[in-house]
Amino acid sequence: MGIDLVFRIAAIGILISVLNAVLNKSGREEIAMMTTLAGLIIVLLMIVNEVVNLFDTVKTIFQF
Amino acid sequence: MAKDMEIVQVVGIGIIATITILAIKTQRPEIALQLGLISGLVIFFMLLGRITSIVAMLNDFAVKSKIDMQYIGLLFKIVGIAYICEFGSEICRDAGENSIASKIELAGKVSIMAMALPVVTALVNFLGGILS
Repeated sequence: MGIDLVFRIAAIGILISVLNAVLNKSGREEIAMMTTLAGLIIVLLMIVNEVVNLFDTVKTIFQF
Repeated sequence: MAKDMEIVQVVGIGIIATITILAIKTQRPEIALQLGLISGLVIFFMLLGRITSIVAMLNDFAVKSKIDMQYIGLLFKIVGIAYICEFGSEICRDAGENSIASKIELAGKVSIMAMALPVVTALVNFLGGILS
Protein backbone atom coordinates (compact mmCIF):
# COMPACT_ATOMS: atom_id res chain seq x y z
CA MET A 1 0.00 0.00 0.00
CA GLY A 2 1.15 3.48 -0.62
CA ILE A 3 2.78 5.18 -3.52
CA ASP A 4 4.90 2.14 -4.37
CA LEU A 5 1.80 0.19 -5.38
CA VAL A 6 0.93 2.98 -7.82
CA PHE A 7 4.44 2.85 -9.27
CA ARG A 8 4.39 -0.91 -9.55
CA ILE A 9 1.18 -0.81 -11.57
CA ALA A 10 2.55 1.97 -13.73
CA ALA A 11 5.69 -0.05 -14.35
CA ILE A 12 3.62 -3.09 -15.34
CA GLY A 13 1.62 -0.87 -17.67
CA ILE A 14 4.71 0.48 -19.39
CA LEU A 15 6.19 -3.01 -19.65
CA ILE A 16 3.00 -4.26 -21.28
CA SER A 17 3.07 -1.36 -23.75
CA VAL A 18 6.64 -2.08 -24.76
CA LEU A 19 6.04 -5.83 -25.09
CA ASN A 20 2.92 -5.14 -27.11
CA ALA A 21 4.75 -2.83 -29.51
CA VAL A 22 7.62 -5.30 -29.96
CA LEU A 23 5.33 -8.27 -30.54
CA ASN A 24 3.11 -6.34 -32.92
CA LYS A 25 6.11 -5.19 -34.96
CA SER A 26 7.47 -8.73 -35.22
CA GLY A 27 4.12 -9.96 -36.46
CA ARG A 28 2.99 -12.03 -33.48
CA GLU A 29 -0.22 -10.16 -32.84
CA GLU A 30 -2.10 -12.90 -31.04
CA ILE A 31 0.72 -13.24 -28.49
CA ALA A 32 0.67 -9.46 -28.10
CA MET A 33 -3.01 -9.57 -27.26
CA MET A 34 -2.44 -12.41 -24.81
CA THR A 35 0.32 -10.53 -22.99
CA THR A 36 -1.96 -7.51 -22.73
CA LEU A 37 -4.67 -9.66 -21.22
CA ALA A 38 -2.17 -11.31 -18.87
CA GLY A 39 -0.91 -7.92 -17.68
CA LEU A 40 -4.48 -6.77 -17.16
CA ILE A 41 -5.28 -9.82 -15.05
CA ILE A 42 -2.11 -9.42 -12.99
CA VAL A 43 -2.93 -5.80 -12.20
CA LEU A 44 -6.52 -6.77 -11.46
CA LEU A 45 -5.35 -9.39 -8.94
CA MET A 46 -3.13 -6.78 -7.28
CA ILE A 47 -6.06 -4.42 -7.04
CA VAL A 48 -8.78 -6.85 -5.94
CA ASN A 49 -7.06 -7.27 -2.57
CA GLU A 50 -7.13 -3.55 -1.97
CA VAL A 51 -10.73 -3.18 -3.12
CA VAL A 52 -11.84 -5.94 -0.74
CA ASN A 53 -9.88 -4.12 1.97
CA LEU A 54 -11.73 -0.93 1.11
CA PHE A 55 -15.15 -2.51 1.38
CA ASP A 56 -14.34 -4.26 4.67
CA THR A 57 -13.02 -1.01 6.11
CA VAL A 58 -16.06 0.96 5.02
CA LYS A 59 -18.23 -1.72 6.58
CA THR A 60 -16.45 -1.48 9.93
CA ILE A 61 -16.25 2.31 10.00
CA PHE A 62 -19.83 2.93 9.00
CA GLN A 63 -21.13 0.12 11.21
CA PHE A 64 -22.81 -2.12 8.72
CA MET B 1 6.58 15.02 8.29
CA ALA B 2 4.10 15.95 11.03
CA LYS B 3 0.76 14.19 11.05
CA ASP B 4 -1.09 17.43 10.35
CA MET B 5 0.71 17.90 7.04
CA GLU B 6 -0.63 14.64 5.64
CA ILE B 7 -2.58 16.69 3.11
CA VAL B 8 0.68 17.47 1.34
CA GLN B 9 1.31 13.76 0.86
CA VAL B 10 -2.23 13.26 -0.39
CA VAL B 11 -1.89 16.05 -2.95
CA GLY B 12 1.52 14.76 -3.95
CA ILE B 13 0.23 11.24 -4.57
CA GLY B 14 -2.72 12.67 -6.50
CA ILE B 15 -0.56 14.76 -8.81
CA ILE B 16 1.99 12.01 -9.43
CA ALA B 17 -0.77 9.49 -10.13
CA THR B 18 -2.52 11.87 -12.53
CA ILE B 19 0.67 12.51 -14.50
CA THR B 20 1.44 8.78 -14.68
CA ILE B 21 -2.09 8.03 -15.82
CA LEU B 22 -1.83 10.65 -18.54
CA ALA B 23 1.42 9.10 -19.72
CA ILE B 24 -0.16 5.64 -20.03
CA LYS B 25 -3.67 6.57 -21.15
CA THR B 26 -3.12 6.54 -24.91
CA GLN B 27 -1.18 3.29 -24.94
CA ARG B 28 -2.96 1.20 -22.32
CA PRO B 29 -6.19 2.87 -21.23
CA GLU B 30 -7.25 -0.19 -19.22
CA ILE B 31 -4.10 0.03 -17.09
CA ALA B 32 -4.65 3.77 -16.74
CA LEU B 33 -8.11 3.13 -15.32
CA GLN B 34 -6.78 0.67 -12.77
CA LEU B 35 -4.06 3.17 -11.85
CA GLY B 36 -6.76 5.72 -11.15
CA LEU B 37 -8.62 3.18 -9.04
CA ILE B 38 -5.58 2.26 -7.00
CA SER B 39 -4.48 5.84 -6.35
CA GLY B 40 -7.97 6.66 -5.12
CA LEU B 41 -7.74 3.67 -2.78
CA VAL B 42 -4.30 4.67 -1.52
CA ILE B 43 -5.49 8.18 -0.68
CA PHE B 44 -8.57 6.79 1.06
CA PHE B 45 -6.47 4.49 3.22
CA MET B 46 -4.28 7.42 4.21
CA LEU B 47 -7.36 9.21 5.51
CA LEU B 48 -8.66 6.18 7.38
CA GLY B 49 -7.39 7.11 10.84
CA ARG B 50 -8.97 10.56 10.72
CA ILE B 51 -12.29 9.21 9.48
CA THR B 52 -12.40 6.65 12.28
CA SER B 53 -11.84 9.28 14.97
CA ILE B 54 -14.48 11.58 13.46
CA VAL B 55 -17.01 8.75 13.41
CA ALA B 56 -16.15 7.87 17.01
CA MET B 57 -16.60 11.50 18.03
CA LEU B 58 -20.01 11.69 16.31
CA ASN B 59 -21.03 8.47 18.07
CA ASP B 60 -19.99 10.06 21.35
CA PHE B 61 -22.10 13.15 20.70
CA ALA B 62 -25.08 11.00 19.80
CA VAL B 63 -24.79 8.96 22.98
CA LYS B 64 -24.44 12.11 25.08
CA SER B 65 -27.45 13.80 23.52
CA LYS B 66 -29.53 10.65 24.11
CA ILE B 67 -30.44 10.12 20.47
CA ASP B 68 -31.57 6.58 19.76
CA MET B 69 -28.47 4.66 18.65
CA GLN B 70 -30.22 2.97 15.75
CA TYR B 71 -30.83 6.33 14.06
CA ILE B 72 -27.18 7.26 14.24
CA GLY B 73 -26.24 3.80 12.99
CA LEU B 74 -28.68 4.29 10.12
CA LEU B 75 -27.11 7.64 9.28
CA PHE B 76 -23.64 6.12 9.21
CA LYS B 77 -24.76 3.25 7.02
CA ILE B 78 -26.32 5.72 4.58
CA VAL B 79 -23.08 7.69 4.41
CA GLY B 80 -21.20 4.45 3.84
CA ILE B 81 -23.50 3.42 1.00
CA ALA B 82 -23.23 6.89 -0.53
CA TYR B 83 -19.45 6.78 -0.42
CA ILE B 84 -19.11 3.33 -1.96
CA CYS B 85 -21.61 4.16 -4.71
CA GLU B 86 -19.85 7.39 -5.53
CA PHE B 87 -16.50 5.58 -5.67
CA GLY B 88 -17.83 2.94 -8.03
CA SER B 89 -19.76 5.31 -10.28
CA GLU B 90 -16.83 7.72 -10.64
CA ILE B 91 -14.54 4.87 -11.70
CA CYS B 92 -17.08 3.85 -14.35
CA ARG B 93 -17.38 7.45 -15.51
CA ASP B 94 -13.61 7.68 -15.81
CA ALA B 95 -13.76 4.74 -18.18
CA GLY B 96 -16.49 6.45 -20.20
CA GLU B 97 -19.25 4.06 -19.08
CA ASN B 98 -21.73 6.74 -18.04
CA SER B 99 -24.73 4.40 -18.22
CA ILE B 100 -23.20 1.88 -15.82
CA ALA B 101 -22.27 4.73 -13.49
CA SER B 102 -25.88 5.94 -13.49
CA LYS B 103 -27.11 2.42 -12.74
CA ILE B 104 -24.75 2.18 -9.78
CA GLU B 105 -26.00 5.51 -8.49
CA LEU B 106 -29.59 4.33 -8.92
CA ALA B 107 -28.79 1.21 -6.90
CA GLY B 108 -27.35 3.40 -4.16
CA LYS B 109 -30.42 5.62 -4.07
CA VAL B 110 -32.73 2.61 -3.90
CA SER B 111 -30.66 1.02 -1.11
CA ILE B 112 -30.66 4.23 0.91
CA MET B 113 -34.40 4.63 0.41
CA ALA B 114 -35.00 1.05 1.51
CA MET B 115 -32.88 1.58 4.61
CA ALA B 116 -34.63 4.82 5.54
CA LEU B 117 -38.11 3.40 4.96
CA PRO B 118 -38.82 2.29 8.57
CA VAL B 119 -37.88 5.72 9.88
CA VAL B 120 -40.08 7.46 7.30
CA THR B 121 -42.96 5.10 8.16
CA ALA B 122 -42.55 5.82 11.86
CA LEU B 123 -42.51 9.55 11.15
CA VAL B 124 -45.66 9.39 9.02
CA ASN B 125 -47.46 7.31 11.65
CA PHE B 126 -46.39 9.75 14.33
CA LEU B 127 -47.65 12.74 12.37
CA GLY B 128 -50.88 10.91 11.56
CA GLY B 129 -51.35 10.24 15.26
CA ILE B 130 -50.87 13.90 16.09
CA LEU B 131 -53.18 15.16 13.39
CA SER B 132 -56.03 12.76 14.04
